[in-house]
Amino acid sequence: MEREAIAVGIPKALLYYNYHVLWEHFFYVLGIDLVYSKASDKEILENGKSYAIDEACLALKMYLGHVYYLLDKVDYILVPRIVSLRKHEKTCTNFYALYDIVNNLFKTKIIHYNIDADSHINERKAFIKMGKELGFSRTTSAYAYKKAKRVAKRNARHRLIKQSKLLESPKMKILLAGHPYNLHDNLIGGPIVNILNKLDIEIIYSDIYDDNEGKDKYKSITPHLYWTYNQDIINAILYYQDKIDGVIMVTSFPCGPDSLTNEMCIRKINKPIINLIIDELSSEVGLETRIESFVDIIKARLNHE
Amino acid sequence: MNKKIIAFPHLANYHVPIEYLLKHLIDCEVMKVPPITKRTIDLGSKYSPEFVCMPFKYNLGNFIEALELGANVLMQAGGGCRYGYYAEVQKQILEDLGYNFEFYALVESDKIAIMTIYKVLKSLNPKLKMFKYLYYLAITFKMIHYMDKIDVYIRKNIGFEVISNSFDNLLKEMLKEFSKTKGFFHLAKIYRKYFRLFRKIEINKPKKVLKIGIIGELYDIMEPFSNHNLEKMLAKMNVEINRYTNVTYLVITKRFKIKKMLKTCGKYCKYPIGADGMDNVANAITLALEGYDGLIHIKPFGCTPEIGAMHILNKVSEDYKIPILYFTFDAQTSIEGIRTRLEAFYDMIKMRRSK
Repeated sequence: MEREAIAVGIPKALLYYNYHVLWEHFFYVLGIDLVYSKASDKEILENGKSYAIDEACLALKMYLGHVYYLLDKVDYILVPRIVSLRKHEKTCTNFYALYDIVNNLFKTKIIHYNIDADSHINERKAFIKMGKELGFSRTTSAYAYKKAKRVAKRNARHRLIKQSKLLESPKMKILLAGHPYNLHDNLIGGPIVNILNKLDIEIIYSDIYDDNEGKDKYKSITPHLYWTYNQDIINAILYYQDKIDGVIMVTSFPCGPDSLTNEMCIRKINKPIINLIIDELSSEVGLETRIESFVDIIKARLNHE
Repeated sequence: MNKKIIAFPHLANYHVPIEYLLKHLIDCEVMKVPPITKRTIDLGSKYSPEFVCMPFKYNLGNFIEALELGANVLMQAGGGCRYGYYAEVQKQILEDLGYNFEFYALVESDKIAIMTIYKVLKSLNPKLKMFKYLYYLAITFKMIHYMDKIDVYIRKNIGFEVISNSFDNLLKEMLKEFSKTKGFFHLAKIYRKYFRLFRKIEINKPKKVLKIGIIGELYDIMEPFSNHNLEKMLAKMNVEINRYTNVTYLVITKRFKIKKMLKTCGKYCKYPIGADGMDNVANAITLALEGYDGLIHIKPFGCTPEIGAMHILNKVSEDYKIPILYFTFDAQTSIEGIRTRLEAFYDMIKMRRSK
């Protein structure tokens, strides 16, 4: 039977930065065309702001802007719902609600998968179910997932090797700690990356670290932390702790989990640390001043030693 | 060793049953934490992270005031969103401030569990027996249940009392008597007595009244100080008020209702959207179908699950043609602003009704 060609749109925001390799290869194996939204810019943010509630976090506003951009370009939009990746762990409640928010705000067809480890739905099951909804058999979807997962793992390994090489450079090294969707976004983390590059500083990203070695490191700081993605950030900080000169924590305003975990990090981690909170009004000049003075302090400390 | 003095944060009138439970199970002193005032919230905001939600600041303020008065054992509960992580951060902040205390979190993987509470109490009183614990826990829950039942009646009628403050005074009396409960039968007797007395209070209620439902985040809904006595303000406008969120609902009945509520939500929510988000959407629909004139949605600043729910509530409001007034409370909210908005809202739904 000839299948109709459908195009699936992927908004380049939020969990895109965690799972884009996995998604790309899953749909590639299934033979489905993917359409990405463009990189974040002012126009996307403005559209997102007009749909979101004023108090929603910047990353969510950005996401809605990306969804709006895709609306008339694709048949389906991929909106995952991720509650818990492991038992007794959780993610931010925005990820719980993402599917329903998009569904209520926009009139578009959505394909989604739902990972909820506490109700015994793991990632594999969720992907197979999504494949079935698209009309593929169980075996095909399972095969596609397996392949995609393998590629995603290989990709992560390559990124880790690449980053490990950076650690040996003689330049000053600063860890950018935060959610991947903040660090790699053009408007949220972008200005910070630019400023650091201008100052000739090696940037280490917190979303790349050795899973096997870094796992469960967060327990030494905060044993009862249950947000998976925030565990990742703290793991990365502790993993790189001895190899870097300072930490910049990037947070979008007003991120729920980060508001508490950042406080714990600042109180417990023994490294120069600064928390940059980005909202839609923050100016690049202000950021520049803060980062420059932070770098100066680290330099003074290094010289002193 | 010093005598242990226990303190826990305020939540409306619920300190009565919790105090009752602790008093009977452990022979420590249970402190009456000073009521929430402007100072509490100032202290709380001073030492809290910048954009954490309001209940965190209130609880921290409560703890600091209790520690100043000599408490040395603190207890904190937990829940579905950020609430489950409060305990750890608050402990760290208070330790850094230099206080000496023991801190017990009644949470395990972010849920309040019967066995966790038992373990905590057992470590405070090694002689505690399981049976005794369960007995008093049951009485406590029954007491909370009765309190909530009476609250529902009060909320519906307090706006129409003939002699002002008659409901409040009687409620205070009832709580006093509740704290001296001897057992199940005694408790039931007190409840029946006061329910009769409440119904005898003279009210002047016309047949057709404006009805407003209140939905939103649990702490700000239940703690009158944090919402600037919004319910009382509404009552003075002669409005009948209804809300579903109370401790009985959150601790016991919620888990049995989730499926039913998802069904009520229908196309609006396919999944629970975290904490009480989906519940509020379901309640909004139920209240709209019951013919309520308007809804008031309350949340503290930065409450993520409720922000998610607001996106959906907007659509519910449009489809069911029911006006919703959104309130966000933070440390700086002024009472005059709230009153103005409430009055405008009241006038609006009154006009809608007369049409």
